[in-house]
Amino acid sequence: MPKKKDDAKIVQISGEADMPPMPASLGSMRVNKTASWRSIRPIIHDDKCRRCMICWKFCPEPAIFPTDPPSIDYDFCKGCGICIEECPFDAITSEKEGK
Amino acid sequence: MTGNFAAAYGATSAKVNVIAAYPITPQTTIVEILSEIVADGLLEADFIKVESEHSAMAACIGAQAAGVRTFTATSSQGLALMHELLHWAARGRLPIVMANVNRAMGPGWSIWADDTDAVAQRDTGWIQVFCENNQEVYDTILMSYKIGERPDILLPSLVNLDAFFLSHTSQVVDMRDQKKIDTFIGKYKPEYKLDVDDPRSFGALTSPDYYYEFSYKMQMAHNQARTVITEVGREFGKLFGKEYGLTESYRCEDAEFLIISYGTIAGTVKEAVDRLRDMGRAAGALKIRYLRPFPEDEIRKACRHAKKIGVIDRAISYGHEGPFFTEVKASLYDTANTVYGFIAGLGGRDVSIQNIEEIVGFMQNEKPRNIIWIGVKS
Repeated sequence: MPKKKDDAKIVQISGEADMPPMPASLGSMRVNKTASWRSIRPIIHDDKCRRCMICWKFCPEPAIFPTDPPSIDYDFCKGCGICIEECPFDAITSEKEGK
Repeated sequence: MTGNFAAAYGATSAKVNVIAAYPITPQTTIVEILSEIVADGLLEADFIKVESEHSAMAACIGAQAAGVRTFTATSSQGLALMHELLHWAARGRLPIVMANVNRAMGPGWSIWADDTDAVAQRDTGWIQVFCENNQEVYDTILMSYKIGERPDILLPSLVNLDAFFLSHTSQVVDMRDQKKIDTFIGKYKPEYKLDVDDPRSFGALTSPDYYYEFSYKMQMAHNQARTVITEVGREFGKLFGKEYGLTESYRCEDAEFLIISYGTIAGTVKEAVDRLRDMGRAAGALKIRYLRPFPEDEIRKACRHAKKIGVIDRAISYGHEGPFFTEVKASLYDTANTVYGFIAGLGGRDVSIQNIEEIVGFMQNEKPRNIIWIGVKS
Protein backbone atom coordinates (compact mmCIF):
# COMPACT_ATOMS: atom_id res chain seq x y z
CA MET A 1 0.00 0.00 0.00
CA PRO A 2 1.41 3.46 -0.86
CA LYS A 3 2.61 5.43 2.12
CA LYS A 4 0.02 7.93 3.29
CA LYS A 5 0.74 11.49 4.34
CA ASP A 6 0.37 12.47 7.97
CA ASP A 7 -3.31 13.22 8.72
CA ALA A 8 -2.41 15.52 11.59
CA LYS A 9 -1.16 18.17 9.18
CA ILE A 10 -4.69 18.93 7.89
CA VAL A 11 -5.40 22.66 8.11
CA GLN A 12 -8.53 23.53 10.06
CA ILE A 13 -10.81 25.96 8.22
CA SER A 14 -13.14 28.08 10.30
CA GLY A 15 -15.11 29.79 7.56
CA GLU A 16 -15.39 31.04 4.03
CA ALA A 17 -12.67 33.68 4.49
CA ASP A 18 -10.11 30.87 4.92
CA MET A 19 -11.19 29.14 1.70
CA PRO A 20 -9.90 29.76 -1.85
CA PRO A 21 -12.50 31.06 -4.38
CA MET A 22 -12.89 27.68 -6.02
CA PRO A 23 -12.60 24.16 -4.53
CA ALA A 24 -8.83 23.96 -5.13
CA SER A 25 -7.71 21.71 -2.31
CA LEU A 26 -4.57 19.86 -1.34
CA GLY A 27 -5.39 16.33 -0.29
CA SER A 28 -9.11 16.84 0.38
CA MET A 29 -9.52 13.08 0.28
CA ARG A 30 -7.52 12.84 3.50
CA VAL A 31 -10.69 13.95 5.24
CA ASN A 32 -13.31 12.62 2.81
CA LYS A 33 -12.82 8.97 3.68
CA THR A 34 -15.59 7.39 1.65
CA ALA A 35 -15.16 4.14 3.58
CA SER A 36 -18.15 5.22 5.63
CA TRP A 37 -20.35 4.50 2.60
CA ARG A 38 -19.44 0.83 2.65
CA SER A 39 -21.88 -1.82 3.84
CA ILE A 40 -20.04 -4.87 2.51
CA ARG A 41 -16.30 -5.39 2.89
CA PRO A 42 -14.29 -7.35 0.32
CA ILE A 43 -11.52 -9.63 1.66
CA ILE A 44 -8.71 -10.91 -0.57
CA HIS A 45 -7.60 -14.44 0.35
CA ASP A 46 -3.86 -14.79 -0.22
CA ASP A 47 -4.01 -18.58 -0.59
CA LYS A 48 -6.46 -18.40 -3.50
CA CYS A 49 -5.08 -15.26 -5.16
CA ARG A 50 -3.08 -15.94 -8.35
CA ARG A 51 -1.89 -12.31 -8.77
CA CYS A 52 -3.72 -11.87 -12.09
CA MET A 53 -4.45 -8.23 -11.01
CA ILE A 54 -7.93 -8.26 -12.56
CA CYS A 55 -9.33 -6.87 -9.28
CA TRP A 56 -6.89 -3.94 -9.42
CA LYS A 57 -7.83 -3.24 -13.05
CA PHE A 58 -11.57 -3.28 -12.36
CA CYS A 59 -11.69 -1.35 -9.11
CA PRO A 60 -13.38 1.97 -9.97
CA GLU A 61 -11.93 3.98 -7.08
CA PRO A 62 -9.11 2.75 -7.24
CA ALA A 63 -9.06 1.20 -3.78
CA ILE A 64 -7.03 -1.86 -4.70
CA PHE A 65 -3.28 -1.51 -5.13
CA PRO A 66 -0.97 -3.72 -7.21
CA THR A 67 0.99 -5.15 -4.31
CA ASP A 68 1.81 -8.84 -3.78
CA PRO A 69 -0.91 -9.94 -3.06
CA PRO A 70 -3.13 -7.00 -4.10
CA SER A 71 -4.15 -4.90 -1.10
CA ILE A 72 -7.40 -3.06 -0.47
CA ASP A 73 -7.39 0.46 0.90
CA TYR A 74 -10.26 0.23 3.37
CA ASP A 75 -10.25 4.02 3.85
CA PHE A 76 -11.73 4.42 0.38
CA CYS A 77 -13.27 1.10 -0.63
CA LYS A 78 -17.01 1.83 -1.04
CA GLY A 79 -17.96 -1.84 -1.14
CA CYS A 80 -19.24 -1.87 -4.73
CA GLY A 81 -18.37 -5.58 -4.97
CA ILE A 82 -16.98 -5.45 -8.50
CA CYS A 83 -13.71 -7.09 -7.42
CA ILE A 84 -15.68 -9.94 -5.82
CA GLU A 85 -17.67 -10.35 -9.02
CA GLU A 86 -14.69 -10.21 -11.37
CA CYS A 87 -12.09 -12.35 -9.57
CA PRO A 88 -11.76 -15.48 -11.76
CA PHE A 89 -10.48 -17.58 -8.85
CA ASP A 90 -13.09 -16.63 -6.21
CA ALA A 91 -10.22 -15.34 -4.11
CA ILE A 92 -12.26 -12.34 -2.90
CA THR A 93 -15.19 -12.84 -0.57
CA SER A 94 -17.58 -10.42 1.04
CA GLU A 95 -18.25 -9.76 4.68
CA LYS A 96 -20.92 -7.56 6.20
CA GLU A 97 -19.33 -4.31 7.30
CA GLY A 98 -19.23 -3.66 11.00
CA LYS A 99 -19.34 -7.29 12.10
CA MET B 1 -40.01 2.59 1.01
CA THR B 2 -37.39 5.07 -0.10
CA GLY B 3 -38.16 7.97 -2.44
CA ASN B 4 -36.36 6.11 -5.24
CA PHE B 5 -38.62 3.08 -4.79
CA ALA B 6 -41.63 5.40 -4.71
CA ALA B 7 -40.53 6.97 -8.00
CA ALA B 8 -39.95 3.57 -9.60
CA TYR B 9 -43.32 2.25 -8.42
CA GLY B 10 -45.00 5.43 -9.62
CA ALA B 11 -43.70 4.82 -13.13
CA THR B 12 -44.66 1.14 -12.86
CA SER B 13 -48.20 1.92 -11.69
CA ALA B 14 -48.52 4.43 -14.51
CA LYS B 15 -47.71 1.57 -16.91
CA VAL B 16 -45.03 3.36 -18.88
CA ASN B 17 -43.86 1.61 -22.04
CA VAL B 18 -40.37 2.98 -22.56
CA ILE B 19 -37.74 3.71 -19.92
CA ALA B 20 -34.43 5.15 -21.02
CA ALA B 21 -32.08 6.33 -18.32
CA TYR B 22 -28.46 6.71 -17.33
CA PRO B 23 -27.26 6.18 -13.77
CA ILE B 24 -26.17 9.01 -11.46
CA THR B 25 -25.96 9.12 -7.70
CA PRO B 26 -28.45 9.35 -5.99
CA GLN B 27 -30.95 8.46 -8.73
CA THR B 28 -29.38 5.15 -9.81
CA THR B 29 -31.63 2.91 -7.73
CA ILE B 30 -34.77 4.29 -9.44
CA VAL B 31 -33.61 2.83 -12.71
CA GLU B 32 -32.12 -0.33 -11.15
CA ILE B 33 -35.47 -1.10 -9.51
CA LEU B 34 -37.29 -0.47 -12.79
CA SER B 35 -34.90 -2.76 -14.67
CA GLU B 36 -35.71 -5.54 -12.17
CA ILE B 37 -39.44 -4.85 -12.44
CA VAL B 38 -39.25 -5.04 -16.25
CA ALA B 39 -37.02 -8.14 -16.15
CA ASP B 40 -39.47 -9.85 -13.79
CA GLY B 41 -42.25 -9.19 -16.27
CA LEU B 42 -44.18 -6.97 -13.84
CA LEU B 43 -44.13 -4.11 -16.32
CA GLU B 44 -44.39 -4.40 -20.07
CA ALA B 45 -41.84 -1.86 -21.15
CA ASP B 46 -38.77 -1.42 -23.30
CA PHE B 47 -35.82 -0.66 -21.05
CA ILE B 48 -33.23 1.14 -23.14
CA LYS B 49 -29.70 1.40 -21.74
CA VAL B 50 -28.18 4.60 -23.08
CA GLU B 51 -24.69 6.08 -22.91
CA SER B 52 -25.57 9.44 -21.35
CA GLU B 53 -28.44 11.50 -19.94
CA HIS B 54 -28.59 13.46 -23.18
CA SER B 55 -29.25 10.18 -24.97
CA ALA B 56 -31.77 9.17 -22.31
CA MET B 57 -33.86 12.25 -23.02
CA ALA B 58 -33.38 11.79 -26.78
CA ALA B 59 -34.70 8.22 -26.53
CA CYS B 60 -37.70 9.37 -24.48
CA ILE B 61 -38.42 12.14 -26.98
CA GLY B 62 -38.31 9.69 -29.88
CA ALA B 63 -40.51 7.15 -28.12
CA GLN B 64 -42.99 9.72 -26.82
CA ALA B 65 -43.23 11.32 -30.26
CA ALA B 66 -44.12 7.86 -31.62
CA GLY B 67 -47.08 7.79 -29.23
CA VAL B 68 -45.71 5.86 -26.27
CA ARG B 69 -45.71 6.75 -22.55
CA THR B 70 -42.14 7.20 -21.30
CA PHE B 71 -40.23 7.76 -18.06
CA THR B 72 -36.73 8.69 -17.10
CA ALA B 73 -34.85 9.85 -14.03
CA THR B 74 -31.74 11.88 -13.35
CA SER B 75 -30.04 14.35 -11.07
CA SER B 76 -27.93 17.58 -11.15
CA GLN B 77 -25.12 17.05 -13.69
CA GLY B 78 -27.26 14.58 -15.64
CA LEU B 79 -30.18 17.01 -15.77
CA ALA B 80 -27.79 19.71 -16.92
CA LEU B 81 -26.43 17.44 -19.65
CA MET B 82 -29.97 17.04 -20.97
CA HIS B 83 -30.55 20.78 -21.09
CA GLU B 84 -30.94 21.36 -24.82
CA LEU B 85 -33.28 18.37 -25.06
CA LEU B 86 -35.38 19.60 -22.15
CA HIS B 87 -36.31 22.48 -24.44
CA TRP B 88 -37.04 19.93 -27.17
CA ALA B 89 -39.35 17.84 -25.01
CA ALA B 90 -41.34 20.87 -23.85
CA ARG B 91 -41.50 22.77 -27.13
CA GLY B 92 -42.27 19.48 -28.86
CA ARG B 93 -45.20 19.19 -26.41
CA LEU B 94 -44.26 15.67 -25.30
CA PRO B 95 -45.67 14.76 -21.85
CA ILE B 96 -42.63 12.83 -20.63
CA VAL B 97 -42.42 12.46 -16.86
CA MET B 98 -38.97 12.63 -15.30
CA ALA B 99 -37.99 12.12 -11.69
CA ASN B 100 -35.17 14.43 -10.68
CA VAL B 101 -33.31 13.74 -7.47
CA ASN B 102 -32.23 17.21 -6.43
CA ARG B 103 -28.49 17.18 -6.02
CA ALA B 104 -25.96 19.99 -5.86
CA MET B 105 -24.20 21.05 -9.01
CA GLY B 106 -20.40 20.73 -8.92
CA PRO B 107 -17.67 21.66 -8.51
CA GLY B 108 -17.26 21.31 -5.33
CA TRP B 109 -18.24 17.78 -6.21
CA SER B 110 -21.32 17.00 -4.16
CA ILE B 111 -23.94 14.27 -4.20
CA TRP B 112 -26.08 15.90 -1.54
CA ALA B 113 -29.41 17.73 -1.54
CA ASP B 114 -29.69 21.09 -3.28
CA ASP B 115 -32.52 22.37 -5.52
CA THR B 116 -30.41 24.60 -7.79
CA ASP B 117 -30.24 21.81 -10.39
CA ALA B 118 -33.98 21.92 -11.03
CA VAL B 119 -34.27 25.69 -10.79
CA ALA B 120 -31.55 26.06 -13.42
CA GLN B 121 -33.98 24.36 -15.84
CA ARG B 122 -36.84 26.64 -14.92
CA ASP B 123 -37.20 28.30 -18.32
CA THR B 124 -37.26 25.16 -20.45
CA GLY B 125 -41.05 24.99 -20.41
CA TRP B 126 -41.38 21.86 -18.27
CA ILE B 127 -44.02 21.64 -15.58
CA GLN B 128 -41.96 21.53 -12.39
CA VAL B 129 -43.12 20.18 -9.04
CA PHE B 130 -41.27 19.67 -5.74
CA CYS B 131 -42.16 16.82 -3.37
CA GLU B 132 -42.01 17.00 0.40
CA ASN B 133 -42.16 13.27 1.13
CA ASN B 134 -42.15 9.88 -0.57
CA GLN B 135 -45.92 9.51 -0.67
CA GLU B 136 -45.99 12.74 -2.62
CA VAL B 137 -43.32 11.42 -5.02
CA TYR B 138 -45.43 8.35 -5.83
CA ASP B 139 -48.72 10.27 -6.08
CA THR B 140 -47.23 13.13 -8.09
CA ILE B 141 -45.82 10.84 -10.76
CA LEU B 142 -49.29 9.34 -11.23
CA MET B 143 -50.93 12.77 -11.40
CA SER B 144 -48.23 14.13 -13.73
CA TYR B 145 -49.07 11.59 -16.43
CA LYS B 146 -52.73 12.50 -16.25
CA ILE B 147 -52.05 16.24 -16.24
CA GLY B 148 -49.39 16.22 -18.95
CA GLU B 149 -51.24 13.97 -21.35
CA ARG B 150 -54.38 16.12 -21.45
CA PRO B 151 -54.76 17.42 -25.00
CA ASP B 152 -55.06 20.97 -23.68
CA ILE B 153 -51.77 20.59 -21.77
CA LEU B 154 -49.25 18.29 -23.54
CA LEU B 155 -46.28 19.30 -21.41
CA PRO B 156 -43.51 17.24 -19.79
CA SER B 157 -43.24 17.17 -15.98
CA LEU B 158 -40.17 17.30 -13.76
CA VAL B 159 -40.93 15.63 -10.42
CA ASN B 160 -38.32 16.71 -7.87
CA LEU B 161 -37.25 14.86 -4.73
CA ASP B 162 -34.37 15.92 -2.48
CA ALA B 163 -31.25 13.75 -2.56
CA PHE B 164 -30.88 11.29 0.32
CA PHE B 165 -33.48 13.02 2.49
CA LEU B 166 -36.11 11.42 0.26
CA SER B 167 -34.30 9.27 -2.31
CA HIS B 168 -32.60 7.08 0.30
CA THR B 169 -34.83 7.50 3.35
CA SER B 170 -37.64 5.06 4.02
CA GLN B 171 -41.08 6.47 4.75
CA VAL B 172 -44.54 4.95 4.73
CA VAL B 173 -46.04 5.05 1.24
CA ASP B 174 -49.54 3.84 0.45
CA MET B 175 -49.62 2.18 -2.95
CA ARG B 176 -52.84 3.13 -4.69
CA ASP B 177 -55.26 0.61 -6.15
CA GLN B 178 -54.02 -0.37 -9.63
CA LYS B 179 -57.48 -0.65 -11.24
CA LYS B 180 -58.36 2.85 -10.03
CA ILE B 181 -55.01 4.15 -11.29
CA ASP B 182 -55.66 2.62 -14.72
CA THR B 183 -59.00 4.43 -14.95
CA PHE B 184 -57.58 7.64 -13.49
CA ILE B 185 -54.65 7.91 -15.91
CA GLY B 186 -56.12 6.08 -18.89
CA LYS B 187 -54.16 5.38 -22.05
CA TYR B 188 -51.87 7.80 -23.87
CA LYS B 189 -53.61 8.70 -27.14
CA PRO B 190 -51.92 11.68 -28.75
CA GLU B 191 -53.57 13.29 -31.73
CA TYR B 192 -50.24 13.97 -33.42
CA LYS B 193 -47.56 11.31 -33.45
CA LEU B 194 -44.85 9.80 -35.63
CA ASP B 195 -46.82 7.40 -37.76
CA VAL B 196 -45.75 6.09 -41.17
CA ASP B 197 -49.41 5.68 -42.14
CA ASP B 198 -50.11 9.32 -41.33
CA PRO B 199 -46.78 11.03 -41.89
CA ARG B 200 -46.00 14.55 -40.76
CA SER B 201 -42.89 16.39 -39.64
CA PHE B 202 -42.13 17.34 -36.06
CA GLY B 203 -40.10 20.36 -35.05
CA ALA B 204 -39.41 21.44 -38.64
CA LEU B 205 -38.01 24.84 -39.62
CA THR B 206 -40.36 27.45 -38.19
CA SER B 207 -40.10 31.01 -39.49
CA PRO B 208 -40.78 34.16 -37.48
CA ASP B 209 -44.26 34.01 -39.01
CA TYR B 210 -45.18 31.04 -36.81
CA TYR B 211 -42.67 30.60 -33.97
CA TYR B 212 -44.22 33.36 -31.90
CA GLU B 213 -47.64 31.69 -32.00
CA PHE B 214 -46.23 28.29 -30.98
CA SER B 215 -44.65 30.01 -28.00
CA TYR B 216 -47.92 31.68 -27.18
CA LYS B 217 -49.73 28.34 -27.29
CA MET B 218 -47.15 26.83 -24.93
CA GLN B 219 -47.71 29.65 -22.46
CA MET B 220 -51.47 29.19 -22.73
CA ALA B 221 -50.97 25.51 -21.93
CA HIS B 222 -49.09 26.46 -18.76
CA ASN B 223 -51.91 28.83 -17.81
CA GLN B 224 -54.42 26.06 -18.38
CA ALA B 225 -52.19 23.70 -16.38
CA ARG B 226 -52.93 25.73 -13.25
CA THR B 227 -56.57 24.78 -13.54
CA VAL B 228 -55.89 21.21 -14.58
CA ILE B 229 -53.38 20.59 -11.76
CA THR B 230 -55.97 21.71 -9.22
CA GLU B 231 -58.72 19.67 -10.89
CA VAL B 232 -56.61 16.51 -11.09
CA GLY B 233 -55.41 17.02 -7.52
CA ARG B 234 -59.00 17.20 -6.36
CA GLU B 235 -59.98 14.11 -8.34
CA PHE B 236 -56.99 12.29 -6.84
CA GLY B 237 -58.30 13.24 -3.42
CA LYS B 238 -61.72 11.79 -4.17
CA LEU B 239 -60.32 8.55 -5.58
CA PHE B 240 -57.40 7.95 -3.24
CA GLY B 241 -58.11 10.00 -0.14
CA LYS B 242 -55.34 12.61 -0.43
CA GLU B 243 -55.96 15.88 -2.23
CA TYR B 244 -53.15 17.92 -3.78
CA GLY B 245 -52.95 21.44 -5.18
CA LEU B 246 -50.47 23.91 -6.64
CA THR B 247 -49.55 24.84 -3.08
CA GLU B 248 -50.33 23.53 0.39
CA SER B 249 -51.29 25.83 3.24
CA TYR B 250 -50.61 24.94 6.85
CA ARG B 251 -52.02 27.14 9.62
CA CYS B 252 -51.89 30.17 7.29
CA GLU B 253 -55.29 31.70 7.96
CA ASP B 254 -54.32 33.79 10.96
CA ALA B 255 -50.54 33.66 10.50
CA GLU B 256 -48.52 36.77 11.28
CA PHE B 257 -45.28 35.15 10.13
CA LEU B 258 -45.71 33.14 6.96
CA ILE B 259 -42.85 30.88 5.89
CA ILE B 260 -42.85 29.92 2.23
CA SER B 261 -40.69 26.96 1.21
CA TYR B 262 -40.52 23.88 -1.03
CA GLY B 263 -39.11 20.37 -1.09
CA THR B 264 -38.14 18.63 2.16
CA ILE B 265 -37.58 21.94 3.94
CA ALA B 266 -41.36 22.45 3.71
CA GLY B 267 -41.84 19.43 6.00
CA THR B 268 -39.42 20.84 8.57
CA VAL B 269 -41.17 24.21 8.39
CA LYS B 270 -44.51 22.63 9.30
CA GLU B 271 -42.93 21.05 12.40
CA ALA B 272 -41.39 24.39 13.31
CA VAL B 273 -44.74 26.16 12.84
CA ASP B 274 -46.36 23.81 15.37
CA ARG B 275 -43.59 24.51 17.89
CA LEU B 276 -43.76 28.24 17.30
CA ARG B 277 -47.52 28.19 17.75
CA ASP B 278 -47.03 26.33 21.06
CA MET B 279 -44.70 29.16 22.07
CA GLY B 280 -47.36 31.72 21.23
CA ARG B 281 -46.08 32.90 17.84
CA ALA B 282 -48.65 33.05 15.05
CA ALA B 283 -46.62 31.25 12.41
CA GLY B 284 -47.87 29.59 9.26
CA ALA B 285 -46.38 27.59 6.40
CA LEU B 286 -47.06 27.74 2.69
CA LYS B 287 -45.53 24.91 0.72
CA ILE B 288 -45.10 25.70 -2.96
CA ARG B 289 -45.40 22.49 -4.95
CA TYR B 290 -45.27 23.88 -8.48
CA LEU B 291 -42.49 26.18 -9.67
CA ARG B 292 -43.94 26.04 -13.18
CA PRO B 293 -46.68 26.99 -13.72
CA PHE B 294 -46.06 29.40 -10.86
CA PRO B 295 -49.09 29.67 -8.53
CA GLU B 296 -49.28 33.44 -8.25
CA ASP B 297 -52.93 33.55 -7.19
CA GLU B 298 -52.52 30.99 -4.42
CA ILE B 299 -49.53 32.89 -3.05
CA ARG B 300 -51.30 36.23 -3.09
CA LYS B 301 -54.26 34.68 -1.31
CA ALA B 302 -52.14 33.02 1.38
CA CYS B 303 -50.11 36.19 1.98
CA ARG B 304 -53.06 38.55 2.19
CA HIS B 305 -53.16 38.83 5.97
CA ALA B 306 -49.58 37.95 6.89
CA LYS B 307 -47.56 40.73 8.48
CA LYS B 308 -44.25 39.25 7.44
CA ILE B 309 -43.34 36.64 4.87
CA GLY B 310 -40.11 34.67 4.71
CA VAL B 311 -39.08 32.62 1.68
CA ILE B 312 -36.56 29.82 2.20
CA ASP B 313 -34.65 28.71 -0.91
CA ARG B 314 -32.47 25.61 -1.02
CA ALA B 315 -31.14 27.15 -4.23
CA ILE B 316 -29.55 30.37 -5.41
CA SER B 317 -29.48 32.34 -8.63
CA TYR B 318 -25.97 33.74 -8.40
CA GLY B 319 -25.89 37.45 -9.00
CA HIS B 320 -29.34 37.94 -7.54
CA GLU B 321 -31.10 35.94 -4.88
CA GLY B 322 -33.05 32.80 -4.09
CA PRO B 323 -35.19 31.98 -7.13
CA PHE B 324 -38.44 31.36 -5.26
CA PHE B 325 -37.84 34.58 -3.30
CA THR B 326 -37.75 36.53 -6.56
CA GLU B 327 -40.86 34.80 -7.90
CA VAL B 328 -42.83 35.31 -4.67
CA LYS B 329 -41.90 39.00 -4.52
CA ALA B 330 -42.96 39.40 -8.14
CA SER B 331 -46.32 37.84 -7.29
CA LEU B 332 -46.78 40.39 -4.49
CA TYR B 333 -45.46 43.42 -6.32
CA ASP B 334 -48.58 45.54 -5.83
CA THR B 335 -49.25 44.53 -2.24
CA ALA B 336 -47.95 45.94 1.03
CA ASN B 337 -46.37 42.64 2.16
CA THR B 338 -42.91 42.63 3.76
CA VAL B 339 -40.91 39.75 2.29
CA TYR B 340 -37.62 38.31 3.56
CA GLY B 341 -35.33 36.01 1.56
CA PHE B 342 -33.30 33.21 3.13
CA ILE B 343 -30.81 30.82 1.58
CA ALA B 344 -30.37 27.51 3.41
CA GLY B 345 -29.21 23.95 2.97
CA LEU B 346 -27.12 24.29 -0.18
CA GLY B 347 -24.96 21.25 -0.88
CA GLY B 348 -26.97 19.04 1.47
CA ARG B 349 -26.47 20.98 4.67
CA ASP B 350 -29.18 20.15 7.16
CA VAL B 351 -31.95 22.69 7.76
CA SER B 352 -33.25 22.18 11.26
CA ILE B 353 -36.34 23.24 13.18
CA GLN B 354 -34.03 25.51 15.14
CA ASN B 355 -32.95 27.21 11.90
CA ILE B 356 -36.62 27.93 11.13
CA GLU B 357 -37.14 29.36 14.62
CA GLU B 358 -34.08 31.58 14.06
CA ILE B 359 -35.59 32.72 10.76
CA VAL B 360 -38.83 33.72 12.43
CA GLY B 361 -36.85 35.45 15.19
CA PHE B 362 -34.97 37.42 12.54
CA MET B 363 -38.20 38.40 10.80
CA GLN B 364 -39.62 39.57 14.10
CA ASN B 365 -36.68 41.77 15.04
CA GLU B 366 -35.06 42.96 11.82
CA LYS B 367 -36.01 44.76 8.66
CA PRO B 368 -35.53 42.88 5.40
CA ARG B 369 -32.25 43.65 3.73
CA ASN B 370 -30.17 41.51 1.40
CA ILE B 371 -30.79 37.77 1.45
CA ILE B 372 -29.71 36.03 4.63
CA TRP B 373 -27.52 32.95 4.35
CA ILE B 374 -28.63 30.68 7.20
CA GLY B 375 -25.72 28.99 8.95
CA VAL B 376 -22.91 30.18 6.69
CA LYS B 377 -19.52 29.86 8.35
CA SER B 378 -17.80 33.19 7.91
